[in-house]
Amino acid sequence: MALLQISEPGQSPAPHQRKHAVGIDLGTTNSLVATVRSGSAEAIADECGDVILPSAVHYGADTITVGTEARARAAEDPYNTMISIKRLMGRGVADIKSFGEQLPYHFADSNSGMPAIETAAGPVNPVQVSAEILKKLAARGREALYGKSGGELDGAVITVPAYFDDAQRQATKDAAQLAGLKVLRLLNEPTAAAVAYGLDKGEERVIAVYDLGGGTFDISILRLSRGVFEVLSTGGDTALGGDDFDRTIAGWIAEQAGVGTDLDAATQRSLLDIACAAKESLTGAEQAQVRYGSWSDVLDRATMASLLDPWIDKTLRACKRALRDAGIGADEVQEVVLVGGSTRTLRVRERVEDHFGRAPHAEIDPDQVVAIGAALQADVLVGNKSSEELLLLDVIPLSLGIETMGGLTEKLIDRNTTIPVSKAQEFTTFKDGQTAMAVHVVQGERELVSDCRSLARFELRGIPPMVAGAAHIRVTFQVDADGLLSVAAMEKSSGVSADITVKPSYGLEDKDIARMLQESYTHAAEDIALRALREAQVEAERTLESMLVALRENGAQLLDERELNELEHAMEGLRLAHNGGDAEEIRRRMEALNKLSEPFAARRMDASIQRAMQGHSLDEFDK
Amino acid sequence: MAISMTEAAEAHIQSQLAKRGNGIGIRVGVKTAGCSGLAYVLEFVDSAEAEDTVFEQNGVKLVVDPKSLVYLDGTQLDFVKEGLNEGFTFTNPNVKNECGCGESFHV
Repeated sequence: MALLQISEPGQSPAPHQRKHAVGIDLGTTNSLVATVRSGSAEAIADECGDVILPSAVHYGADTITVGTEARARAAEDPYNTMISIKRLMGRGVADIKSFGEQLPYHFADSNSGMPAIETAAGPVNPVQVSAEILKKLAARGREALYGKSGGELDGAVITVPAYFDDAQRQATKDAAQLAGLKVLRLLNEPTAAAVAYGLDKGEERVIAVYDLGGGTFDISILRLSRGVFEVLSTGGDTALGGDDFDRTIAGWIAEQAGVGTDLDAATQRSLLDIACAAKESLTGAEQAQVRYGSWSDVLDRATMASLLDPWIDKTLRACKRALRDAGIGADEVQEVVLVGGSTRTLRVRERVEDHFGRAPHAEIDPDQVVAIGAALQADVLVGNKSSEELLLLDVIPLSLGIETMGGLTEKLIDRNTTIPVSKAQEFTTFKDGQTAMAVHVVQGERELVSDCRSLARFELRGIPPMVAGAAHIRVTFQVDADGLLSVAAMEKSSGVSADITVKPSYGLEDKDIARMLQESYTHAAEDIALRALREAQVEAERTLESMLVALRENGAQLLDERELNELEHAMEGLRLAHNGGDAEEIRRRMEALNKLSEPFAARRMDASIQRAMQGHSLDEFDK
Repeated sequence: MAISMTEAAEAHIQSQLAKRGNGIGIRVGVKTAGCSGLAYVLEFVDSAEAEDTVFEQNGVKLVVDPKSLVYLDGTQLDFVKEGLNEGFTFTNPNVKNECGCGESFHV
């Protein structure tokens, strides 16, 4: 029996057509999965009611466990328990060395360039570990959407930190593929949080996302303009979080209780637990009773504030830096969003509010907000919402186009166009009887193909022979939400078509984009001159070609020797100008030739009309 | 002519409406679609139409258009949880046949 959900007015899905999509927050410490049900997004809990899945994977000799159970093994079996694996995603063996002793794992020699960790179950790499976490989350999503009987997910949106580079993003995608998930889009974590608060709708504004988790701090400054989120800057500290709060409070307890500093692991653990409990109770109460052994005292908000402030100061310094990098003043930030469990601490909220001069958004559970934003986005991308609600979160960094005659680029999609997008343009044949056309897809801002980046080439064959310019060839460029470009060419009368798919951003780094843009500015004038020349040359070729055809056809009948000589002389002049480099000269010669050939053209016209009228009476044409 | 709902359905509709922030109730209806002829419609209602019939139960409004009411008379709406999955089910005395998954039916 299918379980039905409530829809927005007019948007009830047809039976068997509802798409099932989830949003996944694949975190360093914890991961979550959320989905949209009955019009609202919510995080999905497991059978025990836990929404959070610890990002821990334990490899036993023949079993793999994920989550709480795996994390519990971290202390007793550290070499086989993978935690904080996100830090290794997309990193090479060389990068790992720089992490030094932070990681307890035995790294195996690997020839793939990806680090492999020796475990009881054999060597595993970070992508495989992440895939195990994703599998677990996907299973939870499947069960929530389909029940025990199961079914397939139509797609997932997975969040990644805004600072993740291409390799780290690709590794995340690889992990999803390994887990059998179709990735609709990778979404930046701060963007997901902003989406959860509906900040993607409405006017242009600057948003600061303050993300303080258990062990990491991230600050991102985003700008929303025309429905597109742009990451202006990111900052943070990969080793600062709520765990530091707990340690500091535990230190205070140890000092007050006089237990000394040289403590065994069990004592430390119990002090940390007491500290964490005290911290959490102070989000509601004014003061907390703290007991350790026979010692007992009261921890009030002011004392805790003084203990935590040094850490919070550190985060606010990072905020300042991020604002400076973005070239934005704190007063220009219109919205502040809190993410991460540690932002529940009241002192953090107060200080953030002071710093930005406005109350931060904290209505949505800060642990879940990223997954919820991802779920909302997944719901739209999978097609459960009308297309007007489709979020446009990315732009095309460089224009996309094709090569036309004369080695010129014709841009079909301009840079900064938001994706997904689809554009089509008609092209035609250059020569009589042309049956094939080469489509060369290029990327860049320059006028000449040779100065742009070549993405792909393909040929459209089987065009029916026609006179030059008569064929209608429709070239369609389509860029999907992942930035994947498909180019299709179709000749309209015959329907023959050909297509190709490429990833325009593949292997393209920000600095390449910057360089290509810069070059297009510095060469703007010469580019335009060159374009004018090439265009003139192409037109000259076309004129000469059709002139030759006309002369061959009936030059001898319609022209006397003098006229023929003059025309041939003018054509020779145009040919010479064509080989030179002066667009103006070509245009002048072309005009001269056109003028000179006017009587010839008129006579040809007369002749063809006469031919058409032969055998008919004038009366017939009067009607 | 009437349709009703269980307490669980009532509570869930109430909480969904509260979450959404606006809407006067839930539209219950049928539309012609699916592999077995008709399919249920469950939508938030921002304003009822003149021809609609409204069934109110403990302050929760179910809005039904006259055409759908013919097929829904006597139906009870329930909200169930099966493991992690949750959603509404219809107990409809008019139904003669359902498709395998219960998303569509005919009378």
